[in-house]
Amino acid sequence: MARIDLVDLAHSYGGAHAPAESFALKPVTMTWRQGGAYALLGPSGCGKTTLLNLISGIITPTRGKIAFDGTDVTPLSTQKRNIAQVFQFPVIYDTMTVGQNLAFPLKNRGVPKAEIDKRVAQIAQLLDLTPDVNRKATRLTADAKQKISLGRGLVRSDVAAVLFDEPLTVIDPELKWQLRSKLKALHRELDLTMIYVTHDQTEALTFADTVVVMHDGRVVQSGTPAELFEKPAHTFVGYFIGSPGMNIVSAEVDGREARIDGHVIGLHRNYGVLPKGAKVEIGVRPEFVDIAAPASGLLSATIERIDDLGRIRFARVRVGDAKFAARVPPGFSVPGDTAGLIFDPAHVHVYADSILVEGKA
Amino acid sequence: MRKTFNNRAWLLVAPVMIVVLFSALLPMMTVVNYSVQDAMAENHFFWNGDAWFRDLLNPATEIGSRFAGALERNLIFSLVVLLIEVPLGIALSLALPRRGWAVGPSLVLIALPMLIPWNVVGTMWQIFARADIGLFGAALTGLGLHYNDTQDPVSAWFTILLIDVWHWTPLVILLSYAGLRAIPDAFYQAARIDAASRWSVFLNIELPKLQRVLVLAILLRFMQSFMIYTEPFVVTGGGPGNATTFLSIDLVKIALGQVDLGSAAAMSLVYYLITIALCWVFFTAMSQLDLLKEA
Repeated sequence: MARIDLVDLAHSYGGAHAPAESFALKPVTMTWRQGGAYALLGPSGCGKTTLLNLISGIITPTRGKIAFDGTDVTPLSTQKRNIAQVFQFPVIYDTMTVGQNLAFPLKNRGVPKAEIDKRVAQIAQLLDLTPDVNRKATRLTADAKQKISLGRGLVRSDVAAVLFDEPLTVIDPELKWQLRSKLKALHRELDLTMIYVTHDQTEALTFADTVVVMHDGRVVQSGTPAELFEKPAHTFVGYFIGSPGMNIVSAEVDGREARIDGHVIGLHRNYGVLPKGAKVEIGVRPEFVDIAAPASGLLSATIERIDDLGRIRFARVRVGDAKFAARVPPGFSVPGDTAGLIFDPAHVHVYADSILVEGKA
Repeated sequence: MRKTFNNRAWLLVAPVMIVVLFSALLPMMTVVNYSVQDAMAENHFFWNGDAWFRDLLNPATEIGSRFAGALERNLIFSLVVLLIEVPLGIALSLALPRRGWAVGPSLVLIALPMLIPWNVVGTMWQIFARADIGLFGAALTGLGLHYNDTQDPVSAWFTILLIDVWHWTPLVILLSYAGLRAIPDAFYQAARIDAASRWSVFLNIELPKLQRVLVLAILLRFMQSFMIYTEPFVVTGGGPGNATTFLSIDLVKIALGQVDLGSAAAMSLVYYLITIALCWVFFTAMSQLDLLKEA
């Protein structure tokens, strides 16, 4: 149990002299609070596993420093860092029973036997492994093996953090839900700091109270699921989170107005004059754009298709070259091929070179 | 699923079958033929039943005691070879570099002894071990050790074993190295997270994962060492006395030296059956071990 601070941490697999753009993890400074449930979200190859392995000490950073509760642990080996990690594919010790597998991390650290037995029994019960405790671990299914791996990650009560590297990849979808809610329950019960790496937004948003989004080796935003939804700090977050993702279109922004395709949209805040040469875009979630009958004051769009998701319908439309997704209000019937778009100004964000611009009220 | 029957496959297999027939099956049947017959002068053969086999398997007869002695030497030799080469091979494969430029050169260096033909190996070592001009023999003698591989049985055994270890440990190293490389990094990382000791990693991760390649290594090394011929033939000539007279050496002496075809045929068949039987026992025992674990 500890607060984890990353200070200017960066890693390159090509060595310290590799060009800055090739770093697998670009310099990041951030704090993981004690007892937090974090998700590290991003597409494959964005550097999330690298960040995780840096925290656990499996790899040594090219630059920067890692501190647990203020103590610099950067030079310490994995064994000395007191951290637990669960990997994508099950790792079990073939020679041992399920119980011995669970006890292994404790035994190696010289925990008294009575304490080990108690802890193993507790974890086995939480993960429904109790009936298998005395069976050889090799004889179990992949699901059960991964549960053992999870169990070994959770069995130590004094760890600084438990790191999960896409731990549910090999698990059946149904069991996945169960295990995820179980992990969340375990988080509350055991009061451990957990960092959960995934590329699946549902997994991230349901597990974590803070989601850290990574893109191309950078941490682009860290916030609650609601913050990521309502105010993406980077166009990548807008489009990666949400289904369908945020509409992002280039626009000209001047003061309280944005101009798309010659049409003016009012903005909630004053953006003044944006730097020249920057790529200016506006972003708005499909949930905050409504489709309506064409009218003179509205941005007109061509409807390409309607996706009916059951409780909500989204229209896929086209404005000039830009594609949009927009909400079809309940009871609204689409009149023809063309429609008008109504924007909710409070949820229209402005991005310069992909980064959110905070306007003035 | 419907199976397609296409008898043209036989056409493709036939050449190999014919070659095997002439190279293995026919000679083998000739041996079977000799083993149940005796010959008078001028190639006059007559039926002799199982007499050759009864003599061979009875240690009280001259041929029986020779056979028993050679078989014992063979078994001891193979056992010692396995006891040295398997642990040594595993240990060396663990010490090899896993990545970087050094991998290629070290693997090639290690594989070199295996590329040398038996006969050449024998000749090399025969000279190498000579106490007067051989580097190895002269060095040992110079150190004040009593070493003479043609007159002292201990030296002779030591030399033959050393040759085999030098020649064939590389096979165990390469097989075991391949097995080790197949273990995903996550296992080692998890072991570090779990604070496992190096010894514990070996026992609980590496050894179980190596089991399959080790079955192969043990089988190959057993078969080859049980058939040992060239090294003692070239280096010690089966001596001193009959200290390094293994089954194959004795067999050649009986068949070609004494032209005692009946005894030799019976002996080679029994030798063959023992080899197959032992291999089967090894293989079954080890694969059963596997099944037991996964059942």
